[in-house]
Parts: sequence; C-alpha cells; structure tokens
Amino acid sequence: MRAREARPRAAPRYVSEPKKPSLLSDTDFTPVLSRSALRYRKMRDRVIELLLLAAGLIAVFTTLAIVAILLIESSAFFKHVSIVEFLTDTMWTPLFADAHYGILPLVAGTLTTTVVALLVAVPIGTLIAIYLSEFAPTKVRETVKPILELLGAVPTVVYGYFALTMVTPALQRLIPDLPGFNMLSAGLVIGLMIVPYVSSLSEDAMRSVPRYMREGSYAMGATRLQTALHVVVPGAFSGLAAAFILGISRAVGETMVVAIAAGMQPNFTFDPREPAATITAYIVQVSLGDLPHGSIGYQSIFAAGLVLMLMTLVFNVIGYSLTRRFREAY
Amino acid sequence: MSGTSMTAPYLDPKHVREGLSRRKLLDQVFVIVGLIVMLACLAILAVLFIDLVIDGSERFSWDFFTNFASRRAERAGILAAWVGTSLIMIVTALCAVPVGVAAAIYLEEYAPKNWFTAIIEINVTNLAGVPSIVYGLLALGLFVYQFNLGQSIAAAGLTLALLILPIVIVATREAIRAVPNAIREAAYGLGATRWEVTKDHVLPYSTGGILTGMILGLSRAIGETAPIITIGALSFIAFLPESPFKSEFPFISFGWLDDPFTAMPIQMFNWVSRPDPAFQANAAAAGAILLGMTLLMNGVAIWIRYRFRKKINW
Amino acid sequence: MLDSSTLARAQSAGQSREEQPLANEQSTSAVADDEARAAGPRISISVDETRKSRTLKVKAAVENLNFYYGQHRALKNLSIPIADKQVTALIGPSGCGKSTFLRCFNRMHDLQPGTRYEGSITLYPDNLNLVGPGIDPIEVRMRIGMVFQKPNPFPKSIFENVAYGLRLRGVRNRATLAEEVEKALRGAALWDEVKDRLQDSALALSGGQMQRLCIARALATKPEILLFDEPTSALDPIATAKIEELISTLRDQVTVLIVTHNMQQAARVSDYTAFMYLGEIIEFDEAAKIFTNPSKKATEDYITGRYG
Repeated sequence: MRAREARPRAAPRYVSEPKKPSLLSDTDFTPVLSRSALRYRKMRDRVIELLLLAAGLIAVFTTLAIVAILLIESSAFFKHVSIVEFLTDTMWTPLFADAHYGILPLVAGTLTTTVVALLVAVPIGTLIAIYLSEFAPTKVRETVKPILELLGAVPTVVYGYFALTMVTPALQRLIPDLPGFNMLSAGLVIGLMIVPYVSSLSEDAMRSVPRYMREGSYAMGATRLQTALHVVVPGAFSGLAAAFILGISRAVGETMVVAIAAGMQPNFTFDPREPAATITAYIVQVSLGDLPHGSIGYQSIFAAGLVLMLMTLVFNVIGYSLTRRFREAY
Repeated sequence: MSGTSMTAPYLDPKHVREGLSRRKLLDQVFVIVGLIVMLACLAILAVLFIDLVIDGSERFSWDFFTNFASRRAERAGILAAWVGTSLIMIVTALCAVPVGVAAAIYLEEYAPKNWFTAIIEINVTNLAGVPSIVYGLLALGLFVYQFNLGQSIAAAGLTLALLILPIVIVATREAIRAVPNAIREAAYGLGATRWEVTKDHVLPYSTGGILTGMILGLSRAIGETAPIITIGALSFIAFLPESPFKSEFPFISFGWLDDPFTAMPIQMFNWVSRPDPAFQANAAAAGAILLGMTLLMNGVAIWIRYRFRKKINW
Repeated sequence: MLDSSTLARAQSAGQSREEQPLANEQSTSAVADDEARAAGPRISISVDETRKSRTLKVKAAVENLNFYYGQHRALKNLSIPIADKQVTALIGPSGCGKSTFLRCFNRMHDLQPGTRYEGSITLYPDNLNLVGPGIDPIEVRMRIGMVFQKPNPFPKSIFENVAYGLRLRGVRNRATLAEEVEKALRGAALWDEVKDRLQDSALALSGGQMQRLCIARALATKPEILLFDEPTSALDPIATAKIEELISTLRDQVTVLIVTHNMQQAARVSDYTAFMYLGEIIEFDEAAKIFTNPSKKATEDYITGRYG
C-alpha cells in the first residue's frame, strides 16, 4: 500500500494528456492515473498469483508425497515378501519369530467392521435424510442438521472409549460369551459415527431432485411418503449410492475405534463377534512399539498403508464419479 | 353385479377412501419413526458426553490440569497433554489456514479452466477422503525421517495441517463462491486488479465462512489421534516443551518446535488401553475435556456462520 | 439529421490515423489545442424542431467492431460515433448484443476466457484504441465507468463505496476523499438523503438509492464515459424516474452510453440512439429521428411494438 502511494506521483505520466476538464466541478483535483502506479499494481498482482498457485500446488505435492512414500517403503517390503504370499497367506505375524506376511486377515477385519458399520449407517442415515429432506419443516432441519453433524465431529478416540466401556458391556448382556474386544461393538460405533456423513450427503442428493418431479407425484394424489419412496429416492439414486460408498471409505479408514475396541490381534475371520485387527489397527499397534527405522516391521506398515490407500481410493473414485454424474443429471 | 360395481373396484369411492387413510397412516408412522431415530442419535451424543463427565467426575480437579502423567491413576494429570495439544494447534493453524485460504483463492478467483486446474481440484477432493492414518504414514516417512524433524511438535503440527488443509480449502471456496459476481464486476468496473478485488471485497465478505472452516478444521485436528501415534508421540512425558517466551531478548523462542510431546487424544488413548480400571476414570475425564473442546469449537463455528449470514444478506 | 460527411469522417478517423495529428503531441504546444479539437471527428445534431443543427465533438468512434465468444461472433462490424457529453442509447430486442457491445467499452469481457475483439473503439482526444492489443483493460476501466443492471453496492459503508475508486488510485488524504465523496454524491443526487449516515451500510439503502450510490461510485473517479447497462430494470417507476432525471443532468458532465430495453426511456433520455438486432447495428441516428421517422423497416417494427 505504502509503496503505491510513494510511487512517482510527483511526475505522473498521464495516459491521457491532462486537458480533460474535471467532470463534476471546477476543482483542480484529478484522479491519479499514472502508468507506473498501474504497472506496480499489476506486477504485485502477478507475484501474488504465483504465491497463491504455490499454495494450490501443495495439495498436489501432498498426494504425490503420499504415493511416493507408500510406494518406496512398500517396495523395500516387497523385496523380502513376495506379492503372492502377501495376497494369499492367511496369517499376518510380521513381528513373530515365525513371520507370516498375509494381508488377508487384516483385510477381513477391515471388511467385517465396515459391513457392520454400514448396516447401521445406511438405514439410519437414509431414514434421517428422507425425514429431513421431505418431511421436516425448514426450522427443524436448520436446527437439527448442525447438531447431527456434531456426531461426526466427536474425536474418534472418544468413540473408542464409548465402544469399549459402554457398547461392549451392553452387548455382552445380549450375547453372553462376547469377548471384551470384538468387531461388532467397534463396527456399531463406527456406523453411528458416519451416520451424519451419510445422511448429509443423501439429503443433498434428495433435495436436488427437482421440484416438478415431486409435484407430478403429489398431483396424482400421492402422500409424502409415497412421493419420497417412489419419486425422490429413485431420482436421487446415484447420489445416495455415492453417499453410501463414501461412507464405506470412511469406515475402512477409521482407526482409533477399532484399535481400542476390536483388539489388535490379526484374526482371519468374518465373524463380527470375534476380536480381530484391521489394517489401521495394525499400523497403530506397530507405531506404539519401538520398531527401528528400516526394519521389515517398519516397512510392513507402509505395505499395509498402501493396501488401505488403494481400498479407500477405489471407493472414493466410484463415489465422486457417481456424485458428478448425479449433479450432471439435474 | 349391481350398477355401482360397473366401475373398476380401485375407483370405488369407499375403496379409495380406505386406501387413502391407510396411506396417510403410513405417512404419519414414518414421521414418527424418523423423529425417533433422529432424536435417538442426538440422545446418544448427549449420553456419551454425560457418561464421560460422570465417569471422570472423580478426577476433575485443579491437580488434573497441573499434574504430569503418573503410574498412579489418581495422581496422573494432563499437563503435558494439553500444553502439547495447544502448541500443536498453533503450528497447525499457522500452516493450514494461510495455505488453505490461498489455495482456495487461487482455485476460485485466479485458476483458468484447464487440465492443470482440474488436477489441483481432483487432488483436493481426493485428499479429503484419505484416511487420517495415511497422513500419519506420510509424516513418518517424510517429516520424521526425510526432513529429520523427529518425533517433534513441528512434525505433528505439520501433519495435522496437511490433514485439515482440504477442510479449510473446501470451506473457503464455498464462502468465496457465495460472494455474488455483481460485486466483483462492480470493483473491476472501477479499474481494480484481480488481487484488489479479492483483498478489498471477496475476502472481507467471506470472512465468516473462512473462520467457520478454520475452526471446524482445528476441531478435527484437536481430536485426531491416529496420525500422531504413527509419527511416534510419546505417551508418558513428565516434562514440558521449552517455553516459547523468554525473559531476555528476543523474548520468543522456537525451541519447543523440536521437543517431543504428548497430546490430549494420545493421553486418553494411553489411559483407555490400560487394563487397570482406575485409569478409565482418567480416560473419561480427558475424554470429557476433549469432547467439550470439540463441541465448543463446533458451536462457535455454527454461531459465526449464523451471525455472518445475518449480517450480509445479498 | 446526421451530417453524413462528418459521420463518414468519424468512421475513417481510425483507419487513417497517420493523417490525424495525435492529440498528445498537439497539446504540447499551447496554441494547438483548438486545432487539435478541430482535427478530431465531429458529429452534428439538430437542436430543435426547426432542425437547426450544431456540430459536436466525438468522444469515441467505434469502427468495424467484431466481438467473439470463442467461435461465436456476437457483434458484427459495428461502426458508430459516440458524441461527447451526450447520451447515446442502445436499444434492441433481448439477445441482440447491446449489453455485449456496452461491455466492450470498458473491457469487461476480458474477465472471461476465450473472448476476442476485432476492429477498434477509438477514444478521443488521445486516439486510444480501447480494444486494441497492448491496451490494459484495467487502465480502460479506470477511465470508463460502469453502472450495472442490478444495483451492486459493496457491503461496506456508503462513504467507502464511493471512496473505493479513489482509494484504488492511491488517494489516502482524508480531506480529499471526503470532498470528492461529497461531490460525487451530490452529482448523483443522493447527498441530501445520505449526508447524515455516510458510515451506515450501503445495503440499508433502498433499491433506487443503491443505484444512485453506484452512479456516485462511478462518478467519483471522473470517468470520461459512463456506461449504463439497463440501470433501471430492477427499480420501481419512481426510482426509475429519478435515475432518468439524473442521467439527463449528467449529460452536461460526462459522455453517457446507456443500454435499455425500454423504448420510452431511450426516447426520454437519449440524444442519439442505435437500434441493434442480431449483433448488428441496424440504424443509428438522432433519437428524435429514430423515434419519429426511422429509415429502416426493422427499426420501425421494433419501436412500434410489432416485434417482441
């Protein structure tokens, strides 16, 4: 600012030679219109644009760095372990003397907790979304939505505590021989955690179904529920699918709840009543220990991370492309 | 067959009326179910908070805030944890907010529509969906070992900054997009440059949205546990980082950036995973404080959004 | 009636620039000022019913202007003179390109990618081609003000709205700012209504006041031409009347170019009128002539309401 003012107002080169009489009055004031001041302003604009671009590029570099780190460390891991063993062995015991490197148990644990979570989040999330989008008065919607989003803002470590000290004991009353660590409890809590995520995306999808489609249904004498189920939900289908799939991605990547409540022992099972480690829980478990940099155990968490990244990437790509297709439809 | 039944049975007025009342009943039932499910979700949130407060009530005292972690549950406190969390948040905010806002400005106000911009946009969307623990792995490989930051406050702050960058970017872009184009045209029409339009108009009018995004991002960062565990935060720390304030010139020091640390969620995780039930009370107390902080930040964010929406009504 | 020889001269002015002594050079010598003026293109206008005419200076001459959105040619070979300190109106059915044409004058199109100008809009007296290559759009916008269709005050105080253009030019002196803001507000016939609440938000004003504030904002930087893009289309009839009155008084101070879809308005406020259709200028003449005795059938159809 100061620089601009200090610039050569003493001898401005006028773009227009100054015989223009002032327009509004006979004052001697003429707006400063010097080329050099303008040149300075434009140069500053250019510099700032480059700075802003640099900030934007940080996002690109972060992605590249994630991919690079995961690939580099995993490639060191895959020098010791064949990819076939990695993908087919049903034991994951990298830290034992008898080391096995089969990712399947971790994937099984991850998928099991995810399925349990979805069984909670999809019906509840959709139900809430239908209610908020088609039934609730505006005032209720505006009030409830932000409160509901708080459910997604609760720190995951707190959810872990919740699963371990409240949900598991409650479940043990229903299923007496349920172990203290189990995937069921962790999955249920993750499901609760992603309810606002699913409901908010689904509601957006349903609300962007055009009004005339609803009116067409109402004009036939349909009730709100019939309109919602027969017109709005099918109309918003790809948007809903996107919400569910992005919910899956969230559940797959969730870490602390499973690390606390599902136990950290790899266990090749799809029975949610059993304890089992997920990919994320394994990474936490290794990080809590004191593995030396460069050891195979250290590298194994990057290999596990790579698998996790690929899984979430697939879901994210499907989810976002569905969202885009949905947006284009309306 | 009588005369009235000449019409198809589904057009019979009696039938129609019965069907209608059944459909209306279903409609009402759904409203009630929807309300109950929604209220149940909100109730769980309340129960969660109340439970934490009750479980942790025996630990709430001044000592809890001023004691270090200890092997004896009733003497263990969160001093190192909250100091660590505060310092990490400072680093995170100072890194994520300027970069996130700048990136958002670039994408909304400057970026030409081409493949290069599309790549940046896809990256931002994609980063928002990357699991937090993967950021931890990135930080472990990059910050801790490549940049040699070690298991320090700086490494943790930078990690969380990258983690919340997409949140800040998305919120800022939304806020910027809400500024009507007519305002930009008015300023351009007076001969403003792009940056002058941004600095004098777009940014001031979107402050509310930007602040909201910043607070929501920080509230996410404050509770994040996984990435900090991954970079190897110590959970048993009985000392404080170097003080940022000095008695002699230049009064401010950055030594603390290099110090090892612990943080609130790490401390809570440590206590949760102890078999000794006495520590569960510590975990609950720490959790109550953590959750209270998160809810407070979210509340403030909602309030700011509301206030600014009221203040500028386009 | 237009004096066709002077108009032709106006149109040829840009093509034979070498013959024209540059206004810049002329003004360096004290005696040359009148000569420079005499050398510039002129246009004649009849001043009353008796068709007694007087000659006016041309503020800007549009010559063979073509404008493209990507491949689409939106404006086709436009050529008209814009008389100095007069109101020129652009009329025509929606989509005829009148707003597009108006926005060429202060290069608002440059904000969108993929737009292209051909031809010239020469600004007198300094012979500057507004749409020429190498001419900075920001510089153009600093000299040519614009008032938009919908009032678009900044959500700042009334004072800051008017002062903004001056601040952009580096004016920091509070007294100067206050003085210029007052002058601009008086010029826009708004001063008496807002003088006691200059620090209030501009968004608290009524629609008509907002639009006059936008006019004041543009006037504060003393533009050479003021562009109006359907300035009353979002206003009620009373506010519209005030704006029209204001535009008539502005004529003494600044060259005005106004786009309007309202033919009565064009007839009321303008001295010259151009009728546009499908990106072309069908007819350009004195307003009185256009609205009483147009020479083209299409113009007549439009102004008599036979065309939508």
